[in-house]
Amino acid sequence: MEGTIPLTYYITVSAILFTMGALGVLIRRNALIVFMSIELMLNAANLAFVAFSNSYGVLDGQIFVFFVMTVAAAEVAVGLALIVAIFRSKHSIDVDQMSSLKG
Amino acid sequence: MDSMLIFFIILALASILSALGLLVSRSAVYAALFLVLNFACVAIFYLLLGAPFIAFTQITVYAGAIMVLFLFVIMLLGAEKLPKGTSLPWQRPLAIGLATILLFEAGFLLFQRLKLTTAIDQPVAQVNSVDAIRTLGLSLFNQYLLPFEVTSILLLVAMIGAIVLTKQEKGAAG
Repeated sequence: MEGTIPLTYYITVSAILFTMGALGVLIRRNALIVFMSIELMLNAANLAFVAFSNSYGVLDGQIFVFFVMTVAAAEVAVGLALIVAIFRSKHSIDVDQMSSLKG
Repeated sequence: MDSMLIFFIILALASILSALGLLVSRSAVYAALFLVLNFACVAIFYLLLGAPFIAFTQITVYAGAIMVLFLFVIMLLGAEKLPKGTSLPWQRPLAIGLATILLFEAGFLLFQRLKLTTAIDQPVAQVNSVDAIRTLGLSLFNQYLLPFEVTSILLLVAMIGAIVLTKQEKGAAG
């Protein structure tokens, strides 16, 4: 059953998902959606990890994915707290509005 | 064309289209739901790749915990829709051009390297079994014990950070 799908297909899907995440970070101005795009990129990287892990027959890739997920969970907790704090002070989560440091 | 390949292509299309939906949807709630769909598709990819533990962690941690947190914050802020403000006119075409370059660069580099590897490891060791989960747990608690413990500190720091960042000042409104 496994092995009928070449590794390159998985890597292609992973690359496309990563690019779409990067595109989302670049074109969206809602800070929450920028954040979701970052999650999309992490997920694409995880997919590549698991695909390579399966291809080489070693489990270390899956362990890395486990750690990436933990870091992503921590990142989301802190990031959303930051967004809430910014919304309290500026009443907006538009990333273009966050230009207080601009000269 | 065997049935597995057709299944894979349908799943790949679903994951890519849900990512596209995340990019174009105007409402943050819809974007979050598209992202949940995308996470579910990726979880099925993990199952296809013989990683059931990672697949279920994906569902519980990403689609469960993280996205529920996202939806909570969206509804807490009431920021479902952004007003259509003035955006930079050159931003979108430039971003699409840069993303295309990134895709081609990544594809070129990956396939250049993969030409060597895909030919070599045809007899893939079967990593998909209950045995694999046991091996995963064993190596997590033996070889990777220190990183595993460090992640617990990381989660503690994140928890304290989230509490400190959202704490109201004394005497402030609320």
